[in-house]
Amino acid sequence: MKKQTLIIASLFTLVLLFVGGSYLYKNADHSVTGEKTTALMRPHAYVLGNPNAKTTIVEFFDPACGTCKSFYPFVKNILKQNPDKLKLVLRYAPFHTDSYYVVQMIEAARLQGKYLEAIEVIYKYQDKWASHGTPNIGLIWGFLPEVGIDIDKLKDDMKKPEIDALIKQDIADTKTLGVNATPEFFVNGKPLTKFGYKELQALIESEL
Amino acid sequence: MTPSQNTSNLTWTLLFLCWLTAMIATLGSLFFSEVMLFPPCVMCWYQRICMYPLAIIFLVALLSNDKNVFKYAMPLVLLGLFFAIYQNLLYYGILPEAAAPCSQGVSCTSDYINWFGFITIQLLSLVSFVTVFTLLIFLKRKAS
Repeated sequence: MKKQTLIIASLFTLVLLFVGGSYLYKNADHSVTGEKTTALMRPHAYVLGNPNAKTTIVEFFDPACGTCKSFYPFVKNILKQNPDKLKLVLRYAPFHTDSYYVVQMIEAARLQGKYLEAIEVIYKYQDKWASHGTPNIGLIWGFLPEVGIDIDKLKDDMKKPEIDALIKQDIADTKTLGVNATPEFFVNGKPLTKFGYKELQALIESEL
Repeated sequence: MTPSQNTSNLTWTLLFLCWLTAMIATLGSLFFSEVMLFPPCVMCWYQRICMYPLAIIFLVALLSNDKNVFKYAMPLVLLGLFFAIYQNLLYYGILPEAAAPCSQGVSCTSDYINWFGFITIQLLSLVSFVTVFTLLIFLKRKAS
Protein backbone atom coordinates (compact mmCIF):
# COMPACT_ATOMS: atom_id res chain seq x y z
CA MET A 1 0.00 0.00 0.00
CA LYS A 2 1.22 3.47 -0.77
CA LYS A 3 2.29 5.46 2.23
CA GLN A 4 -0.21 8.25 1.65
CA THR A 5 -3.02 5.76 1.29
CA LEU A 6 -2.03 4.08 4.53
CA ILE A 7 -2.13 7.42 6.36
CA ILE A 8 -5.52 8.35 4.98
CA ALA A 9 -6.92 4.88 5.64
CA SER A 10 -5.70 4.98 9.24
CA LEU A 11 -7.06 8.46 9.79
CA PHE A 12 -10.38 7.41 8.35
CA THR A 13 -10.52 4.24 10.46
CA LEU A 14 -9.70 6.09 13.68
CA VAL A 15 -12.27 8.81 13.11
CA LEU A 16 -14.85 6.19 12.16
CA LEU A 17 -14.11 4.25 15.36
CA PHE A 18 -14.51 7.44 17.37
CA VAL A 19 -17.79 8.46 15.77
CA GLY A 20 -19.15 4.91 15.77
CA GLY A 21 -18.05 4.37 19.35
CA SER A 22 -19.73 7.61 20.44
CA TYR A 23 -22.92 6.59 18.72
CA LEU A 24 -22.94 3.14 20.29
CA TYR A 25 -22.06 4.53 23.72
CA LYS A 26 -24.76 7.18 23.64
CA ASN A 27 -27.43 4.74 22.52
CA ALA A 28 -26.44 1.99 24.90
CA ASP A 29 -28.53 1.28 27.97
CA HIS A 30 -26.81 2.95 30.91
CA SER A 31 -29.50 2.12 33.45
CA VAL A 32 -28.31 1.58 36.95
CA THR A 33 -28.62 -2.14 37.63
CA GLY A 34 -27.72 -4.82 40.15
CA GLU A 35 -26.01 -3.84 43.37
CA LYS A 36 -25.86 -0.21 42.32
CA THR A 37 -29.63 0.25 42.62
CA THR A 38 -29.30 0.31 46.40
CA ALA A 39 -26.94 3.28 46.00
CA LEU A 40 -29.62 5.13 44.07
CA MET A 41 -32.19 5.21 46.83
CA ARG A 42 -31.52 5.13 50.51
CA PRO A 43 -34.28 5.05 53.11
CA HIS A 44 -32.86 8.22 54.68
CA ALA A 45 -33.33 10.30 51.53
CA TYR A 46 -36.00 13.01 51.47
CA VAL A 47 -38.90 12.20 49.14
CA LEU A 48 -41.15 14.72 47.45
CA GLY A 49 -44.38 13.86 45.66
CA ASN A 50 -46.32 10.65 45.94
CA PRO A 51 -44.16 8.12 47.84
CA ASN A 52 -45.94 5.26 46.07
CA ALA A 53 -45.51 6.70 42.60
CA LYS A 54 -44.38 4.39 39.83
CA THR A 55 -41.86 6.80 38.39
CA THR A 56 -38.95 7.90 40.53
CA ILE A 57 -36.64 10.79 39.83
CA VAL A 58 -33.44 10.73 41.83
CA GLU A 59 -31.61 14.03 41.91
CA PHE A 60 -28.08 14.46 43.22
CA PHE A 61 -27.53 18.12 44.03
CA ASP A 62 -25.15 20.54 45.63
CA PRO A 63 -26.67 23.55 47.44
CA ALA A 64 -23.86 25.76 46.11
CA CYS A 65 -24.44 24.72 42.50
CA GLY A 66 -26.11 27.34 40.33
CA THR A 67 -27.49 24.85 37.84
CA CYS A 68 -29.08 22.87 40.70
CA LYS A 69 -30.78 26.07 41.78
CA SER A 70 -32.22 26.69 38.32
CA PHE A 71 -33.37 23.09 37.93
CA TYR A 72 -35.14 23.05 41.29
CA PRO A 73 -38.28 25.02 40.27
CA PHE A 74 -38.33 23.19 36.94
CA VAL A 75 -38.40 19.75 38.53
CA LYS A 76 -40.85 20.90 41.18
CA ASN A 77 -43.15 22.09 38.43
CA ILE A 78 -43.04 18.72 36.66
CA LEU A 79 -43.93 17.10 39.98
CA LYS A 80 -46.86 19.44 40.38
CA GLN A 81 -48.16 18.48 36.94
CA ASN A 82 -48.04 14.76 37.78
CA PRO A 83 -48.92 14.63 41.45
CA ASP A 84 -49.79 10.91 41.52
CA LYS A 85 -47.33 9.40 39.13
CA LEU A 86 -44.06 10.99 40.20
CA LYS A 87 -41.78 11.16 43.17
CA LEU A 88 -38.51 12.99 43.58
CA VAL A 89 -35.75 11.62 45.79
CA LEU A 90 -33.24 14.23 46.89
CA ARG A 91 -29.65 13.14 47.36
CA TYR A 92 -26.53 15.14 48.15
CA ALA A 93 -23.44 15.57 46.05
CA PRO A 94 -21.59 18.26 48.04
CA PHE A 95 -18.73 18.81 45.60
CA HIS A 96 -18.13 22.52 46.27
CA THR A 97 -15.99 23.85 49.08
CA ASP A 98 -17.98 23.97 52.33
CA SER A 99 -21.09 22.43 50.75
CA TYR A 100 -20.80 19.65 53.30
CA TYR A 101 -21.70 22.10 56.07
CA VAL A 102 -24.59 23.53 54.09
CA VAL A 103 -25.94 20.00 53.68
CA GLN A 104 -25.58 19.54 57.45
CA MET A 105 -27.72 22.65 57.89
CA ILE A 106 -30.38 21.30 55.53
CA GLU A 107 -30.49 17.95 57.32
CA ALA A 108 -30.67 19.66 60.71
CA ALA A 109 -33.51 21.83 59.42
CA ARG A 110 -35.31 18.62 58.49
CA LEU A 111 -35.45 17.75 62.19
CA GLN A 112 -37.45 20.96 62.64
CA GLY A 113 -39.74 20.00 59.77
CA LYS A 114 -38.28 22.73 57.59
CA TYR A 115 -36.45 20.69 54.97
CA LEU A 116 -37.76 22.25 51.78
CA GLU A 117 -37.95 25.66 53.41
CA ALA A 118 -34.23 25.45 54.20
CA ILE A 119 -33.34 24.37 50.66
CA GLU A 120 -35.44 27.10 49.15
CA VAL A 121 -34.04 29.88 51.27
CA ILE A 122 -30.49 28.62 50.70
CA TYR A 123 -31.08 28.62 46.95
CA LYS A 124 -32.76 32.01 47.14
CA TYR A 125 -29.66 33.66 48.54
CA GLN A 126 -27.17 31.44 46.73
CA ASP A 127 -25.69 34.41 44.84
CA LYS A 128 -24.81 36.02 48.14
CA TRP A 129 -23.22 33.15 50.09
CA ALA A 130 -21.88 30.97 47.27
CA SER A 131 -20.17 33.59 45.14
CA HIS A 132 -17.59 31.96 42.93
CA GLY A 133 -14.38 30.88 44.56
CA THR A 134 -15.09 32.43 47.94
CA PRO A 135 -18.09 30.77 49.56
CA ASN A 136 -19.20 32.45 52.74
CA ILE A 137 -21.57 30.00 54.34
CA GLY A 138 -21.61 32.05 57.53
CA LEU A 139 -24.12 34.31 55.79
CA ILE A 140 -26.65 31.47 55.71
CA TRP A 141 -27.30 31.80 59.46
CA GLY A 142 -28.83 35.17 58.72
CA PHE A 143 -31.19 33.82 56.06
CA LEU A 144 -32.56 30.70 57.76
CA PRO A 145 -34.68 32.47 60.45
CA GLU A 146 -36.66 33.96 57.54
CA VAL A 147 -38.46 30.60 57.23
CA GLY A 148 -38.75 30.10 60.95
CA ILE A 149 -35.74 27.91 61.58
CA ASP A 150 -34.39 27.93 65.12
CA ILE A 151 -30.67 28.57 64.67
CA ASP A 152 -29.57 27.44 68.14
CA LYS A 153 -31.30 24.11 67.78
CA LEU A 154 -29.96 23.82 64.22
CA LYS A 155 -26.38 24.31 65.35
CA ASP A 156 -26.81 21.58 67.96
CA ASP A 157 -28.47 19.16 65.56
CA MET A 158 -25.82 19.65 62.88
CA LYS A 159 -23.34 17.88 65.14
CA LYS A 160 -25.42 14.70 65.23
CA PRO A 161 -23.44 11.69 64.05
CA GLU A 162 -26.43 10.32 62.12
CA ILE A 163 -26.42 13.43 59.90
CA ASP A 164 -22.73 12.96 59.29
CA ALA A 165 -23.25 9.30 58.45
CA LEU A 166 -26.08 10.15 56.07
CA ILE A 167 -24.03 12.70 54.12
CA LYS A 168 -21.05 10.36 53.96
CA GLN A 169 -23.33 7.64 52.60
CA ASP A 170 -24.58 10.00 49.90
CA ILE A 171 -21.02 10.93 48.94
CA ALA A 172 -20.08 7.25 48.80
CA ASP A 173 -23.10 6.64 46.56
CA THR A 174 -22.04 9.39 44.15
CA LYS A 175 -18.81 7.46 43.71
CA THR A 176 -20.59 4.15 43.20
CA LEU A 177 -22.90 5.67 40.62
CA GLY A 178 -20.22 7.74 38.90
CA VAL A 179 -21.93 11.04 39.66
CA ASN A 180 -19.28 13.66 39.03
CA ALA A 181 -21.26 16.77 38.22
CA THR A 182 -24.40 18.34 39.65
CA PRO A 183 -27.27 18.18 39.23
CA GLU A 184 -27.37 14.54 38.15
CA PHE A 185 -30.74 12.98 37.48
CA PHE A 186 -31.78 9.35 37.29
CA VAL A 187 -35.32 8.53 36.20
CA ASN A 188 -36.25 4.97 37.14
CA GLY A 189 -32.56 4.21 37.26
CA LYS A 190 -31.83 5.71 33.86
CA PRO A 191 -29.29 8.52 33.95
CA LEU A 192 -29.79 11.70 31.97
CA THR A 193 -27.19 11.11 29.26
CA LYS A 194 -27.50 14.46 27.50
CA PHE A 195 -27.91 17.30 29.93
CA GLY A 196 -30.63 19.91 29.56
CA TYR A 197 -34.15 20.93 30.55
CA LYS A 198 -35.76 19.47 27.44
CA GLU A 199 -33.77 16.26 27.74
CA LEU A 200 -34.81 15.84 31.37
CA GLN A 201 -38.44 16.47 30.54
CA ALA A 202 -38.27 13.97 27.67
CA LEU A 203 -36.67 11.33 29.89
CA ILE A 204 -39.34 11.81 32.58
CA GLU A 205 -42.15 11.69 30.04
CA SER A 206 -40.78 8.50 28.50
CA GLU A 207 -40.92 6.88 31.94
CA LEU A 208 -44.38 8.08 32.93
CA MET B 1 16.03 -1.94 -2.43
CA THR B 2 19.10 0.05 -1.43
CA PRO B 3 20.20 0.23 2.21
CA SER B 4 19.27 3.93 2.31
CA GLN B 5 15.79 3.17 1.06
CA ASN B 6 15.54 0.49 3.70
CA THR B 7 16.45 2.96 6.44
CA SER B 8 14.04 5.51 5.12
CA ASN B 9 11.26 2.92 5.08
CA LEU B 10 12.02 2.02 8.66
CA THR B 11 12.04 5.65 9.77
CA TRP B 12 8.76 6.13 8.02
CA THR B 13 7.24 3.13 9.78
CA LEU B 14 8.51 4.30 13.17
CA LEU B 15 7.12 7.76 12.56
CA PHE B 16 3.85 6.28 11.38
CA LEU B 17 3.59 4.26 14.61
CA CYS B 18 4.33 7.41 16.63
CA TRP B 19 1.51 9.18 14.86
CA LEU B 20 -0.86 6.25 15.32
CA THR B 21 -0.13 6.15 19.06
CA ALA B 22 -0.65 9.91 19.41
CA MET B 23 -3.88 9.74 17.42
CA ILE B 24 -5.28 6.88 19.47
CA ALA B 25 -4.30 8.64 22.69
CA THR B 26 -5.88 11.90 21.52
CA LEU B 27 -9.14 10.39 20.31
CA GLY B 28 -9.26 8.04 23.30
CA SER B 29 -8.92 10.88 25.80
CA LEU B 30 -11.52 12.90 23.91
CA PHE B 31 -13.81 9.90 24.07
CA PHE B 32 -13.44 9.71 27.85
CA SER B 33 -14.18 13.40 28.37
CA GLU B 34 -16.63 14.21 25.58
CA VAL B 35 -18.58 10.98 25.17
CA MET B 36 -18.32 9.27 28.53
CA LEU B 37 -18.28 12.72 30.19
CA PHE B 38 -15.46 12.07 32.68
CA PRO B 39 -14.13 15.47 33.71
CA PRO B 40 -10.36 15.62 33.11
CA CYS B 41 -8.19 16.42 36.13
CA VAL B 42 -5.40 19.00 36.13
CA MET B 43 -2.68 16.43 35.45
CA CYS B 44 -4.74 15.02 32.62
CA TRP B 45 -4.88 18.48 31.04
CA TYR B 46 -1.10 18.88 31.19
CA GLN B 47 -0.68 15.54 29.45
CA ARG B 48 -3.27 16.50 26.85
CA ILE B 49 -1.36 19.71 26.13
CA CYS B 50 1.63 17.55 25.26
CA MET B 51 -0.18 14.76 23.43
CA TYR B 52 -2.63 16.62 21.18
CA PRO B 53 -0.01 18.62 19.26
CA LEU B 54 1.96 15.42 18.72
CA ALA B 55 -0.92 13.95 16.72
CA ILE B 56 -0.60 16.88 14.32
CA ILE B 57 3.20 17.26 14.36
CA PHE B 58 3.70 13.59 13.48
CA LEU B 59 1.16 13.79 10.68
CA VAL B 60 2.83 16.84 9.14
CA ALA B 61 6.25 15.17 9.47
CA LEU B 62 4.89 12.03 7.80
CA LEU B 63 3.37 13.91 4.90
CA SER B 64 6.39 16.15 4.32
CA ASN B 65 8.87 13.34 5.04
CA ASP B 66 10.63 15.52 7.63
CA LYS B 67 13.77 14.01 9.15
CA ASN B 68 13.95 16.63 11.92
CA VAL B 69 10.81 15.55 13.72
CA PHE B 70 12.80 14.23 16.70
CA LYS B 71 13.92 17.75 17.55
CA TYR B 72 10.52 19.28 17.95
CA ALA B 73 8.51 16.23 19.04
CA MET B 74 10.83 15.08 21.83
CA PRO B 75 10.37 18.10 24.14
CA LEU B 76 6.61 17.53 24.16
CA VAL B 77 7.08 13.81 24.69
CA LEU B 78 9.47 14.37 27.60
CA LEU B 79 7.17 16.86 29.25
CA GLY B 80 4.16 14.58 28.83
CA LEU B 81 6.17 11.63 30.07
CA PHE B 82 7.14 13.60 33.17
CA PHE B 83 3.51 14.37 34.02
CA ALA B 84 2.43 10.82 33.24
CA ILE B 85 5.09 9.31 35.52
CA TYR B 86 4.26 11.80 38.24
CA GLN B 87 0.56 11.06 38.07
CA ASN B 88 1.10 7.31 38.14
CA LEU B 89 3.36 7.64 41.17
CA LEU B 90 0.49 9.50 42.85
CA TYR B 91 -2.03 6.92 41.74
CA TYR B 92 -0.07 3.98 43.05
CA GLY B 93 0.51 5.83 46.30
CA ILE B 94 4.30 6.03 45.87
CA LEU B 95 4.01 9.80 46.23
CA PRO B 96 1.56 11.12 48.82
CA GLU B 97 -1.43 12.89 47.27
CA ALA B 98 -1.13 15.77 49.72
CA ALA B 99 1.90 16.89 47.75
CA ALA B 100 -0.11 16.96 44.54
CA PRO B 101 -1.38 20.20 43.02
CA CYS B 102 -4.78 18.72 42.33
CA SER B 103 -6.55 18.29 45.64
CA GLN B 104 -9.40 20.54 44.55
CA GLY B 105 -11.96 19.69 41.93
CA VAL B 106 -11.38 16.37 40.24
CA SER B 107 -8.85 14.19 41.97
CA CYS B 108 -5.92 13.06 39.86
CA THR B 109 -6.22 9.62 41.35
CA SER B 110 -9.89 8.90 40.74
CA ASP B 111 -10.72 5.64 39.06
CA TYR B 112 -12.95 6.39 36.13
CA ILE B 113 -12.13 3.20 34.39
CA ASN B 114 -10.55 0.06 35.72
CA TRP B 115 -10.33 -2.58 33.04
CA PHE B 116 -9.12 -6.03 34.01
CA GLY B 117 -8.27 -4.64 37.42
CA PHE B 118 -5.24 -2.61 36.35
CA ILE B 119 -5.88 -0.55 33.21
CA THR B 120 -6.65 3.01 34.26
CA ILE B 121 -6.67 6.25 32.28
CA GLN B 122 -3.49 7.22 34.12
CA LEU B 123 -1.79 4.01 33.01
CA LEU B 124 -3.01 4.34 29.41
CA SER B 125 -1.48 7.81 29.23
CA LEU B 126 1.84 6.59 30.60
CA VAL B 127 1.89 3.70 28.12
CA SER B 128 1.27 6.07 25.20
CA PHE B 129 4.06 8.45 26.21
CA VAL B 130 6.50 5.59 26.83
CA THR B 131 5.62 4.11 23.43
CA VAL B 132 6.14 7.37 21.57
CA PHE B 133 9.34 8.03 23.52
CA THR B 134 10.78 4.61 22.66
CA LEU B 135 9.79 4.84 19.01
CA LEU B 136 11.35 8.29 18.71
CA ILE B 137 14.62 7.09 20.24
CA PHE B 138 14.77 4.28 17.65
CA LEU B 139 13.91 6.73 14.93
CA LYS B 140 16.71 9.07 15.97
CA ARG B 141 19.22 6.17 15.91
CA LYS B 142 18.11 4.96 12.49
CA ALA B 143 17.95 8.40 10.95
CA SER B 144 21.39 9.54 12.06
